[in-house]
Amino acid sequence: MSKKSYRQAINEALAQEMRRDPTVIVMGEDNVGGMGAPGEDDAWGGVLGVTKGLMPEFGRDRVLDTPITESAFIGAAVGAAATGLRPVAELMFVDFLGVCFDQIFNQAAKFRYMFGGKAVTPVVIRTMYGAGFRAASQHSQCLYPIFTHIPGLKVVVPSSAYEAKGLLIQSIRDNDPVIFLEHKVLYDEIEEVPDEPYTIPFGEANLTREGDHVTIVALGRMVGFANKAADMLEKEGITCTVVDPRTTSPLDEDTIIEAVEDTGRLVVVDEASPRCGMAADISALVAQSAFKALKAPILMVTPPHTPVPFAPELEDAYIPTPDKIADAVRRVMA
Amino acid sequence: MQLNREELLQSYRTMCTIREFEERVHTEFSEGGIPGFVHLYAGEEASAVGVCSHLDDRDNIASTHRGHGHCIAKGCDVVGMMKEIFGRGDGLCGGKGGSMHIADLSRGMMGANGIVGGGPPLICGAALTAKTLKTGGVAVAFVGDGASNQGTTLESFNLAKVWNLPVIFVVEDNGYAEATASAWSVAGTQAKRAAAFGMTAHELDGNDFFAIHQAAGEVIERARDGGGPSLLHVKLTRYFGHFEGDAMSYRAPGEVETARRERDPLKFFRQRVTAAGLLEPAQLDGIESEVRSLIDQSVSLSKSAPAPSPERLLTDVYVSY
Repeated sequence: MSKKSYRQAINEALAQEMRRDPTVIVMGEDNVGGMGAPGEDDAWGGVLGVTKGLMPEFGRDRVLDTPITESAFIGAAVGAAATGLRPVAELMFVDFLGVCFDQIFNQAAKFRYMFGGKAVTPVVIRTMYGAGFRAASQHSQCLYPIFTHIPGLKVVVPSSAYEAKGLLIQSIRDNDPVIFLEHKVLYDEIEEVPDEPYTIPFGEANLTREGDHVTIVALGRMVGFANKAADMLEKEGITCTVVDPRTTSPLDEDTIIEAVEDTGRLVVVDEASPRCGMAADISALVAQSAFKALKAPILMVTPPHTPVPFAPELEDAYIPTPDKIADAVRRVMA
Repeated sequence: MQLNREELLQSYRTMCTIREFEERVHTEFSEGGIPGFVHLYAGEEASAVGVCSHLDDRDNIASTHRGHGHCIAKGCDVVGMMKEIFGRGDGLCGGKGGSMHIADLSRGMMGANGIVGGGPPLICGAALTAKTLKTGGVAVAFVGDGASNQGTTLESFNLAKVWNLPVIFVVEDNGYAEATASAWSVAGTQAKRAAAFGMTAHELDGNDFFAIHQAAGEVIERARDGGGPSLLHVKLTRYFGHFEGDAMSYRAPGEVETARRERDPLKFFRQRVTAAGLLEPAQLDGIESEVRSLIDQSVSLSKSAPAPSPERLLTDVYVSY
């Protein structure tokens, strides 16, 4: 056990799996950096340094730089997975989904079903998401609901360094296509992470705390915000259960329903857009399955239904905050 | 690249199987026994067979919506295919894919594909697997003239070249992307496009099995030896519509009939091998008769096979649940 950042935890998971299994390869734009250029090797290790150091250990045959050609290399990762490798491909920012989505949702997601159960496509697509970097509308979105909508994909949204390492190792060992979403604002967040490899199973939510009054379901970066809100509320005598589903597909419906049955109140926090997002999805689940347990209407805390703005003042107003979450909890308690 | 008698017989058998299969699907579809959409490959047989006769189980192909011929040429079970097209529970894909998604990964057939241009990126991946695991395999992306204009195809040309992958792109140009002429929709030429990416290209007459076989052999051998990707541009004629039910009002009157009469790949093959004294007409007649029996059998088995059981709706979405 040692203190590691979210970035280091992901890097360590990749390195440990590459040591364990020679069919694991890594590919993406500048995942090494400097390919064909006159300067130093391993120049970048990914645009935010997550894959740094992999090429010197595993060589360019297993850590591949790609041209900026997402359709071709995401598709190549899918095709390689269907024929015997375990590729971990990096779609740099999830916003770039638009130029390669066919290879993910029409190809990778459907092979197994269309081919009558005979295909195995163990591809992992790592991708950065989330607002807070002043990166504006095309580099800041939370598009995991789009993947979650597609049968055949598994969707992972790790909320901390410990979660990221265990869930990424599980993703690489999993035999289905996995979309692994890394919140770019979390990369430098540090916590205790085991040095040895470990897995966290999909579809098993984590209760980061248990309380009596309100259940807060939150995803990714919002888990930390929910816990901050719960800390504030505890001083007011309101105690919360915070549920981190960890994966949106599969979704641990049972744990969410049980938590709501215990507290009778639900606030869902999602950094994704409100329409057809996880907040709406989880609200519908609880309304269908735990309606009688509810003592108050469900509240959703999400950004407004707008693109992510650039100006710091606007972006700060866009992103859900611990204060907004605490306000929602107070309202369901009123 | 000289073919021996066995190879000639096998090539003719495979081309006949494709032709008979497609003619029969055409009939059965018009009689209402086949659900959904089918896109037929009749007239294009020399391309699939000329290329795939160089391949074995190390090698992968990706196909198109017009995929039956590629499947047969790559060794998919013909009865299983027909059952799949009929939507039967014991079809090659359990009745869950149908005509546009027939696949058999155990034979290196990565799927017909309902998305025009869906295959080339996947085939780069299959080639990457072959290169990484040093299997000696190659990977072939069949695309139509329509898909030749898709970004996925052009991106794959680039990726295959910069990664030096053992890929062969086969552009099967039947003159029409749906109802739009390739003479209008394709800027430049396929060969010059390939040259711009640093790939060798051959322009081929789709009726001439021997020319396709020869060129495919060269580019496949080069790919196996680490020489990287190449492109074959095969000009051919599709005998049916884009899909079954297409009235083909965009084609010139008599276009298909003339092609069938004067430029048919099976007739061309027969003339060449009999004129050269390589095979006897009776041998070819015998193959045609055997193939007809096989296709008859595949249709009667398909008609009597059960539909998938209702619980199969929910299976095969994920490996783990």
